[in-house]
Amino acid sequence: MSMAVEKSVVRGDNCLIESREVTYNFGDTPALRGANLSVRAGEILAIMGPSGSGKSTLLHCLAGILVPTQGEVWFDGRRIDSLADKERSMLRRDCFGFVFQFGQLVPELSAEENVALPLLLSGFRRNDALAPAREWFQRLELKGLERRRSGELSGGQAQRVALARGLVTHPSVLFADEPTGSLDSLSGELVMELMVATARDDGTTVVLVTHEPRVAAYADREVVVRDGLVSSLVSPAAP
Amino acid sequence: MSVPFALLGLLEREPSHGYDLKHEYDTFFGRSKQIPFGQVYATLARLSRDGNVTAGDFEPGEGPDRKRYTITDTGRQQFEGWLGEPIEPEPHLQTVLFVKVVLSLLLGKSAQHYLDIQRASHLTRMRELTELKRHGNVIDILLADHGLFHLEADLRWIDVTAARLPLLAAAVQS
Repeated sequence: MSMAVEKSVVRGDNCLIESREVTYNFGDTPALRGANLSVRAGEILAIMGPSGSGKSTLLHCLAGILVPTQGEVWFDGRRIDSLADKERSMLRRDCFGFVFQFGQLVPELSAEENVALPLLLSGFRRNDALAPAREWFQRLELKGLERRRSGELSGGQAQRVALARGLVTHPSVLFADEPTGSLDSLSGELVMELMVATARDDGTTVVLVTHEPRVAAYADREVVVRDGLVSSLVSPAAP
Repeated sequence: MSVPFALLGLLEREPSHGYDLKHEYDTFFGRSKQIPFGQVYATLARLSRDGNVTAGDFEPGEGPDRKRYTITDTGRQQFEGWLGEPIEPEPHLQTVLFVKVVLSLLLGKSAQHYLDIQRASHLTRMRELTELKRHGNVIDILLADHGLFHLEADLRWIDVTAARLPLLAAAVQS
């Protein structure tokens, strides 16, 4: 098998979200140095790389959480890095879902209230938000845990609640930053299995940051961030 | 499996005698198990028969064989082909991975490029095993897990090696 390394550019048809020559500096320290990445609609993409390589920073730029120092970020044909803060917030609320390493559930709320939270913040009435939230408990094998608070859930259960919260608005893109990083192997596997299955069923695009090869193996494709640049391993076109 | 290519790689750096090749091989690759002289000469004879190396005339000096071996264009092509191809991902490949990385560094080639290719090949295999797990029975799952954990160990070694390439390059080129 003959393969070649293609530096920094991964463009394809049906592109949904894209970074173009994105740089990001933390003070004087560059985290990204011209990162180019294109993610296709419906794709599950793993971003890998060593600690401090810039992979989480790239995810945050793609998701409109961070504004690049230079470069552009595009989503669904629209440039988003130049949007005002409020517009980017609305974009994140309406189009993106998030799962982080530690579920970051609100401890005062029940599990179902945590899942319903994005809908409540979008203006849904309580009962209208809780009804679709409860459907996710069946789907993510959490039935019976709706009323528990985060302190009464195992790590794996809490992360599946966080996953449900990330998916409850049926986002176009789910951003997951080390979603299994705090879990044992089997719990992490269940989270990934459910994430991939639901994303495939719903056509959700997933951008996944992980340092674990076994987690990346659930993705359709992987790129490596190294020293603030994106490298992708691609097979050359057949002769 | 990789001994003929390791010797070709050492010869690509410079022509050498069998006696010196044995010691170079042991220095880089034979820390846990040194290569016997007999295997070196038998391998060189096969490489010579297949047109990958040429053997010079006998020279006076120490050691049992003072023929000087030189890699041919054919041998160079064979070696380059081997070096540039990822290994079929299977568990316990670390020795061959190590040989390829060290030879790349010795010859001033991009070890990072090789590691990237191998990493992609490993991840492709891991994706296949993950799919097997997702759709297989419990026996398939256990077998796939065994492969996945071993491939992951290789990948972790690849990552750590990539991070240490400058140190390793300095060590092998000194």
